[in-house]
Amino acid sequence: MQRTKLETDKRSLLNRMHIDGWLLLGLLTLMSLGLCVIWSAGGKDLALIERQVIRLAFAIGVMVLLAQIPPGAFRRVSVFFYVSGLLMLIAVLAVGTVGKGAQRWLDLGFMRFQPSEIMKLAVPMMVAWYVSKFTLPTKLKDVFIGFVMVLVPTLLIAKQPDLGTSLLIASSGLFVIFLAGLSWKLIGFCTLAAGLFTPIMWLFLMQDYQKQRVLTFLNPESDPLGSGYHIIQSQIAIGSGGIEGKGWLQGTQSQLEFLPERHTDFIFSVFSEEFGFIGILALLALYLFIIIRGMLIAVRAQDAYSKLLAGSITLTFFVYVFVNMGMVSGLLPVVGVPLPLVSYGGTSMVTLMAGFGILMAISTQKRLLSR
Amino acid sequence: MPPRRIAIRDHTAEANLVARRAFMALILVGIMLLVLLNNLYKLQVTRYEDYQTRADGNRIKLLPVAPNRGLIYDRNGVLLAENRPVFRLEVIPEQVDNLDDTLSELASLLSIDADRLDDFRKDMASQRRFKPVALLGSMTEEQMALFAVNQHRFPGVSIEARLKRFYPYAEALTHVLGYVARINKRDLQKLAVEGQEANYAATHDIGKLGVEKYHEALLHGEVGYQEVEVNSRGKILRTLRFEPPTPGQDLILNIDIRLQQAAVKALEGQRGSVVMLDSRDGGVLAMYSNPSYDPNLFVHGISSKNYNALLANKNKPLINRATQGQYPPASTIKPHLALLGLEENVITPTSKMLDVGKYTLPNVSHTWRDHKATGHGYVDVTKAIVVSCDTFFYDLAYRLGIDRISDFMQQFGFGDYTGIDLYEEADGIMPSRGWKKAARNEPWYIGDTIIIGIGQSFWTATPLQLATSIMELANRGIHYHPRILRGELQPTGIELLPPNESEPLRINKQSNVDVVLHAMQEVVNDPVHGTARTAFKNTDYVSAGKTGTAQLFQIGEDEEYDEKKVAAHLRDNAMYVGYAPYDAPEVVVAVALENAGGGGSNAAPIARIMMDTYFNQAKETHAAN
Repeated sequence: MQRTKLETDKRSLLNRMHIDGWLLLGLLTLMSLGLCVIWSAGGKDLALIERQVIRLAFAIGVMVLLAQIPPGAFRRVSVFFYVSGLLMLIAVLAVGTVGKGAQRWLDLGFMRFQPSEIMKLAVPMMVAWYVSKFTLPTKLKDVFIGFVMVLVPTLLIAKQPDLGTSLLIASSGLFVIFLAGLSWKLIGFCTLAAGLFTPIMWLFLMQDYQKQRVLTFLNPESDPLGSGYHIIQSQIAIGSGGIEGKGWLQGTQSQLEFLPERHTDFIFSVFSEEFGFIGILALLALYLFIIIRGMLIAVRAQDAYSKLLAGSITLTFFVYVFVNMGMVSGLLPVVGVPLPLVSYGGTSMVTLMAGFGILMAISTQKRLLSR
Repeated sequence: MPPRRIAIRDHTAEANLVARRAFMALILVGIMLLVLLNNLYKLQVTRYEDYQTRADGNRIKLLPVAPNRGLIYDRNGVLLAENRPVFRLEVIPEQVDNLDDTLSELASLLSIDADRLDDFRKDMASQRRFKPVALLGSMTEEQMALFAVNQHRFPGVSIEARLKRFYPYAEALTHVLGYVARINKRDLQKLAVEGQEANYAATHDIGKLGVEKYHEALLHGEVGYQEVEVNSRGKILRTLRFEPPTPGQDLILNIDIRLQQAAVKALEGQRGSVVMLDSRDGGVLAMYSNPSYDPNLFVHGISSKNYNALLANKNKPLINRATQGQYPPASTIKPHLALLGLEENVITPTSKMLDVGKYTLPNVSHTWRDHKATGHGYVDVTKAIVVSCDTFFYDLAYRLGIDRISDFMQQFGFGDYTGIDLYEEADGIMPSRGWKKAARNEPWYIGDTIIIGIGQSFWTATPLQLATSIMELANRGIHYHPRILRGELQPTGIELLPPNESEPLRINKQSNVDVVLHAMQEVVNDPVHGTARTAFKNTDYVSAGKTGTAQLFQIGEDEEYDEKKVAAHLRDNAMYVGYAPYDAPEVVVAVALENAGGGGSNAAPIARIMMDTYFNQAKETHAAN
């Protein structure tokens, strides 16, 4: 098939910039959709949109920047990245700033940031680095060491307490181990162990507010004006959207402010109310498109480290989607995970786009000699 | 430590492994997406209607809208109770940052006194959260201007316009109209029992007294509704539907404000009351009790200071003396007794007895004195009424006996409520053997019966009861219950109520009534002996009546009653009952003055003023037509 000269030039431009076109298309579509929903959820606040656009631009910049780095470089800094992240987590617990009832922030004088965000990338990098040193599938001993690498930061973050992030970090590490060929027997055993661990977690590890969230999740109507209020209003918003939705800017639950956290964690409820079940199908298709593209990049990657890291980043992206939608629709307890690239907010967006930058680097920078 | 053995990596095998795992992960992703979708489908499709209803329930609120209260007119269409817009200064305490500072600043800005602030704090304690509490019931123009300029300094404080009841005739009609005031906890409980809570959801005031209370159901109307869209903070964004309230019924009273004002003027400086009834239907033309008070004070929330002053006033302005004042009827009931004597053939129209100024019974040591020490000589029943001979009626009562008297007087309504449309009414006492046993646990003595003859001995009646009984006499037995309400003002015109009539008096011989009514006419018109002759000299109409002078204190057998020696609160009550015209009765008047002295010289002139006013008006109306 003949290509026109223009098309060839375009393609080559993206190639030269190490950008995966399909992935970029999916991400930009998602971001634009997000801005539309924020416009509605935020009460047509232009300042809010401006701030979000600036964040998105910055995040895209980070992605493009990381896409230029050869994947080998990520592998080489994995250990350093992980260890320094771990040290910062310990620092947070010791001297961190308290915000919203949790100790998550590290104040560096000129800026505040959450070390847990670094760990979202550092943990899969570290585990991928470790298991890719050896032949896959990973041996039991190395699986165990991998688990420890995942468990330590997970517990440190859970202690802050930040249940949502620790869940995301744990899964990002476990995905690497899974993709590296964790034996099915062990998976069965771990599932069983997790089941037994639940009551211990309830009794000794969970904070009161976390227990309350779980209880509310199990029966939101028990406290409709208190802790159950969020989830009930969210379900009303989603349910009243129906098949076709109430239309953009027409959602009564969101426009009349019955829905809490409209433009952040509960933005999916706003979307569902205004665009209905049809809108949800379209949104999920978009997410699925990005995930399939990510998994394709993982499978096509050149070395084990890149494959494992790319797969983990993609699957963790899905965990965001699943946990957020699950929690606002009452399937999961409310754990404070944003809807990726749609929710208003900065920190996690930059981390997500950094992950996609790594994916693009893996996708576009292949050494010719390996084939 | 031996160097780790480097395995030769099979890149193809590793790639296949990761690809297989990635594929499985994608399948897992697909399964989880289906779980999500299944849940969302349940919410949006299966249970759509349920959530749609709940979403509407969040945003749509039904706000009650208070109906306008019915207006009250007198029989000639003069407005007696109206609704006027007033401007209240309202505070929502929960929205004020520093209540103490705000209150003290407002107090100095608008010159609010400390008592009002104290009352405000009391009101605040009994009010629901986030409900406005009135700091000023009505603001002057100056206060409104001052506040408007400084409003930005007082978040949570605002001016609210409301319709408030206003009584233009103020104290002249307080005991008739009563007043409305803020609904309190007790009212709410009562409304709950009556199932009227919803109807009063937006109403602020309720009738507390008089016609306003008795005819509350007519005056209030039906609540309306406004369907509005609100946001989560309860702010109203737009009105979706409006169902207007049904205003309360406009009422027309039997009261004639000119007669009422004549009564006010006549009673000035006295403690007492006047009742004037239309003898043709029982309508209350005038009813005034002095002293009175301004009902408008209560509408805007009376201050504790003013209320305590009213409570402590020893002249008791809060009491409606016309319906709640219970007085010994004294000689005013002599016509009734005379009729009973004639009906029972205990006396005849011509039978006479000798009055020597005192009455004794064989074997009884006590002597009952006549008010005229020398006696009236030979008296028949007519003369006995005209000169108000006590001895004649001592003897008549003795011969009738308490049982016959008590039964007969109960037919006139003594000892029972008249059934007037007021809740503020006393029933008085019509003594009987049974009553004395029950109330005092004492047997009935013969002495009790004898002074029943002059309307004393435990017998008490309200001026309204006296007027009603005279009306029944003048109407030759027809019994109307007195009523203030004349009718309703409907869009189609005035709908008059039929007279409230009940069982008539049982009369054997109408000629007996003629004798009694004629004697009452002589009380007014006998130029020599009539006890009310001076008061009714030269009237254009012929009236009939009976004076009464009630002793409030027992004079010794040999003592003279000397007004100057008796303490003011023990002086005689002056009473008068009468009707006019004699041949075709139209109006009945009862006057009762406390500690004023003789009935003929004090109460009768007031009755005359009322009748003169009535007939002059009738003449004017006639001339005008």
